[in-house]
Amino acid sequence: MAESGATRTVGAARTRGQWLSLVARQRELSLVAIMVVLGGLVSITAPQFLTLSNLSQVAVLASITAVAAVGEALVVITKNIDLSVEAMIGMVAYCVAIVLERHALDAPAAIAFGLGIGLVLGMINGAIITLLRVPAIVATLGTLSIFRGVDYLVAGSHQVPLAGLPPGFTDPARDSILGIPIFVLVALVVVVIGSVGLRSTRFGRQVYAVGSNPEAADILGIPSRLVVFAAFSLCGLLSGVAGVLWVMEFGTINGTSATGVVLSVVAAVVVGGVAIFGGSGTLAGAALGALFLGFIANALILVGLSQFWLQAIYGVVILVAVSADAIILRRIQRATAERRAR
Amino acid sequence: MSATVVPANGQRRLAGLLARWETLLVVAVIGLVALGASLSPFFLTPGNFSNLIAALMEVAIMALPMTLIIVAGEIDLSVESMAGLASAILGFLWAAGVPLWIGIPVVLVVGALGGLVNGLLVARGGLPSLVVTLGTLALFRGLALIVLGPRGVSNFPPAFTELGFGHVPGTLIPWPFVVFVLLAILLGILLHRTWVGRQVYAIGKNAGTARFSGVRVIRVKVGLFVLSGLIASLAGVILTSRLSSARADAAQGMTLTVATVVLLGGVNIFGGSGTIPGVVLAVFAVAVMQNALRLASVTVEVQSIALGLLLILSVVIPTFAHQAKSAVERVRGGRPPPADSVPHGEATPS
Amino acid sequence: MTLPLTAPALGPDPAGVSVPPRVELRGISKRFGATQALEDVSLDLLPGEIHGLVGENGAGKSTLVKILAGVHQPDSGTILLDGQPTQIHGPAHSRSLGIAVVHQEPRLFPDLTVAENVFIGHAPSGRLGTIDWGATRRAAEALFGELDVQADVGAPVRGLSMADQQLIEIAKSLSLDARVLILDEPTASLSAHEVERLFTIVRRLRDRGVSVLFVSHRLDEVFQLCGRATVFRDGRHVVTTATRELTTADLVRHMVGRTVSLFPKVETPIGDVLLEVSGLTRVGVFRDVGFSVRAGEIVGFAGLVGAGRTEVARVLFGIDQRDGGEIRLGGTPVNFGNPSAALHAGIAYLPEDRHQEGLVEDFSIAQNVTLPILPRLFPRLLIRSSVERRVAHEFTEQLNVRMTGVDQLVRALSGGNQQKVVLAKWLASRPRVLILDEPTRGIDIGAKVEVHRIISELAASGLGIILISSDLPEVLAMSDLILVLHEGRITAEIPRAGATQERVMFAATGNVAGDDHPTAVPEATGELTGGRVDG
Repeated sequence: MAESGATRTVGAARTRGQWLSLVARQRELSLVAIMVVLGGLVSITAPQFLTLSNLSQVAVLASITAVAAVGEALVVITKNIDLSVEAMIGMVAYCVAIVLERHALDAPAAIAFGLGIGLVLGMINGAIITLLRVPAIVATLGTLSIFRGVDYLVAGSHQVPLAGLPPGFTDPARDSILGIPIFVLVALVVVVIGSVGLRSTRFGRQVYAVGSNPEAADILGIPSRLVVFAAFSLCGLLSGVAGVLWVMEFGTINGTSATGVVLSVVAAVVVGGVAIFGGSGTLAGAALGALFLGFIANALILVGLSQFWLQAIYGVVILVAVSADAIILRRIQRATAERRAR
Repeated sequence: MSATVVPANGQRRLAGLLARWETLLVVAVIGLVALGASLSPFFLTPGNFSNLIAALMEVAIMALPMTLIIVAGEIDLSVESMAGLASAILGFLWAAGVPLWIGIPVVLVVGALGGLVNGLLVARGGLPSLVVTLGTLALFRGLALIVLGPRGVSNFPPAFTELGFGHVPGTLIPWPFVVFVLLAILLGILLHRTWVGRQVYAIGKNAGTARFSGVRVIRVKVGLFVLSGLIASLAGVILTSRLSSARADAAQGMTLTVATVVLLGGVNIFGGSGTIPGVVLAVFAVAVMQNALRLASVTVEVQSIALGLLLILSVVIPTFAHQAKSAVERVRGGRPPPADSVPHGEATPS
Repeated sequence: MTLPLTAPALGPDPAGVSVPPRVELRGISKRFGATQALEDVSLDLLPGEIHGLVGENGAGKSTLVKILAGVHQPDSGTILLDGQPTQIHGPAHSRSLGIAVVHQEPRLFPDLTVAENVFIGHAPSGRLGTIDWGATRRAAEALFGELDVQADVGAPVRGLSMADQQLIEIAKSLSLDARVLILDEPTASLSAHEVERLFTIVRRLRDRGVSVLFVSHRLDEVFQLCGRATVFRDGRHVVTTATRELTTADLVRHMVGRTVSLFPKVETPIGDVLLEVSGLTRVGVFRDVGFSVRAGEIVGFAGLVGAGRTEVARVLFGIDQRDGGEIRLGGTPVNFGNPSAALHAGIAYLPEDRHQEGLVEDFSIAQNVTLPILPRLFPRLLIRSSVERRVAHEFTEQLNVRMTGVDQLVRALSGGNQQKVVLAKWLASRPRVLILDEPTRGIDIGAKVEVHRIISELAASGLGIILISSDLPEVLAMSDLILVLHEGRITAEIPRAGATQERVMFAATGNVAGDDHPTAVPEATGELTGGRVDG
């Protein structure tokens, strides 16, 4: 018969299995570790990979995806998904570009305008899901179509050339402050603010609660619908930020800009350890996931593989990340069951 | 102990609700046809109908296995990429001199294999189908790009392009439409009249009970994904034939339309209900709508707005109809609403 | 350390009460549609007492709990808290009034830590209004300290046992300064030691002046823990009295309203061995299980919840895989990789949870009945509804299912009839061995007797039956041989002739004959009930 001492503990001493899972759960560490190893390998055949200028270019590009991935992560943590991000980014990018071209607004106002559009688009998503009770996957599949369509409608066949933008508008894409590229700083700020918010505010904890156990959240009086609405609105806002960055980076914008981005955003989130089931994951992980993907893309190009391999690699990365999550989860469950039996 | 016992005609009432969604679709189709006719004198010509249908056939064909997959509680986002991969491989082989009578079967086998990958990861691996098929959406498209690169292959023999572009001799019925009808009949029988279909519904409604009742859940799901991959490949072949061109980016964006058609057809995104006839009607509704818009000189890109709205409405309308119905009943009968009726195209399988 | 055999908890003398009750319910009635769930019931909870609430399924216990929790509003009657008439507007209001409910299934957030779960919604904030994690952690540790429990408050809740999660719920109620703690069937999924731990903590809370309402089916525990007990029957209050003035028989009589004699198994000639199991092992779950089932025989599996009985059945049916041992069906060794194979070989399994595992509620009766045998019935793929209806009719008639027709949705049937449909389904597969897992759980007495008659007839027709049940009288009445499991091992094999409740209970708590240090046996009350309750 078991000793009474052992029965007076909750969650006992962490077993080997739990430590293992804790480490594996530190997805961020794993990603960094892989990047380091990969970096080492790639630099053998392509020494220009590990140069500061190359790496900072990778980081700059990844920052756009990272910002959008932070927004997507917020939504996924609440046990939802937003497939319309690319359309929101494209829409914001075009609107910002066109008001600048027509001199309707100056740069700071145009940026605010862009963020506002992103926020509104996100709120539309949130409203459809929480008020009209449409499941997130259907709703955002629909708004992906609608936003994209409106974007085409507004843009027509017009393309805003680089020259149409005010001089210096695209500088932040290349400039740095204290050696850190501005884009990277923006991404860092977003991640930090978001992480602190999630960690330390009541709202942030409600985001996790709603995703972890929606029924319990309702019973405990957490305003789930409001929380989900807010998550989608923030995702829209951050897509707006990404859209502004897009204009600064690429300069030339038309009605089809940012097509295909949703895949890299969702991939970044999945790779970054945010479980698709909701309730867990970090914003930093999502951002790192974006960096990781950018890293791989760059490595491939430098090693000599054509860019056509990129899509395939993205797909494989998603599949591997999801499988890894499932395997880890199963191992935790088995360790728990075995611990119970003892 | 349940407080209310659904009377024997509860079954009939449910059938009534079901008929209502399909009737709604029929009404919608008729309405759209009227709209189209008013927009253009060419609308009601046989030639136009032929075009109207042909352009949507690849989507329609892929919507059929997608219906079964969604009823079973899963989803396959990778269909458009499999069609693209099929096109790419077909083009690659043809350009390399491999005759089509070898190329096409190879492509179909690849489709089945791709579906097998999806099926094994989802059913045996227990991974969420949303993410898995998102991954294969990228993977298959990537493979297509690796195989064919940016080029297009277009020197296909007329006998081949006849398949996608031509008509049944003596009529204006496009061959792809014939394929669609045949598949619709086949899959309709499978879903509604065979025990495999019954098992699919059981899995979608209560996978736990299905498993405990001896249903080979894994086998069924894998089979559905293989079917989806195979038919997506077929759609890719037909698309290549119709456009007379094989490209790695073929069928890009089709997943959205396929999902729209299926959901519009009354299939519940969470699984367990939906019918093939409903989806067939939805195909017509979308085809008519697209054609009417095209005749009204609305660009394809802007048509996507209509498509997106349609998708959302297809979920919103039944929810509100159901709530309205319950409210009316409560006011009228003073009796709590029955717990059973699920609004969206609920079909108790035959 | 032995537990006293009859152990009424020390509590206030109900006769000469000078302390006003903390909670008083007077004349509470509640109706749902056509059902009168509660009629004119009264109940009072004194500070510093553990009060048991007992009754059959449908007696109204859970409705009362929900009213106190603010989920439902009473149609009539008064609620007084500390003498003041109060209306409980909703769950949040109920919590703010100091009422906490610990449910059968804890409602925690698996991805959040223990500390956060305890303080969810009311974590201490620091400057700037943000959450002060350090203070949260310390406060959580302090709470667990008060309960004399060591807790790793930084661990995520995912993976913790049901028992641990319950303790977290109790800590949560403490954090809200709950003065009324309602425990709703708390011991259903606990092992003996976890129950002991829970009781120690509950007694400690009582000593601090908390009023505890202990809702349970396990009469032995009610006697162990509670000073007073209240019995509900059919929505009405029957009696409230001190537990030391009651015997189990009295309690059962109050609960049921009549003396119940269960249907005994009909004498049947026992035939050949159908199923033979030896050395069956599943790591961490059960070890070295061996038994045989013969035609016409009913083998009862008794034991407390968590003993491993369902787990053995799942292996027999191919849902889980064994790690060792052998299964022989009709003499040949078999290995089932999935339920379909087991079905094919002639084994059928009626699962514990008919909602999650037994029925497809949106399907009709006919569709449910034919589900396992579809490939067999229709080898040419196409379903013929006439055949389907005929099969469904045959088996639902045999079992006397009350329905409007085989096309009726099972959702509309009563619990007892639903269970019969599940039985019909398995009978239609013409098994040789039928495993029944808690077949009469959650159904009323009338249907229960009928099901027993059916089981008896099935045995008489030559089936071999394994009956898994936590209902001692049921096991004793029906089984030819009783196998008792405890924590994964068979501790006794008791043939019908020598079977008594005491013997079974003795073995179920882990004692093996000849053990020099037997664990104390709680007073045998005829109820080993456990498991999920629909009440």
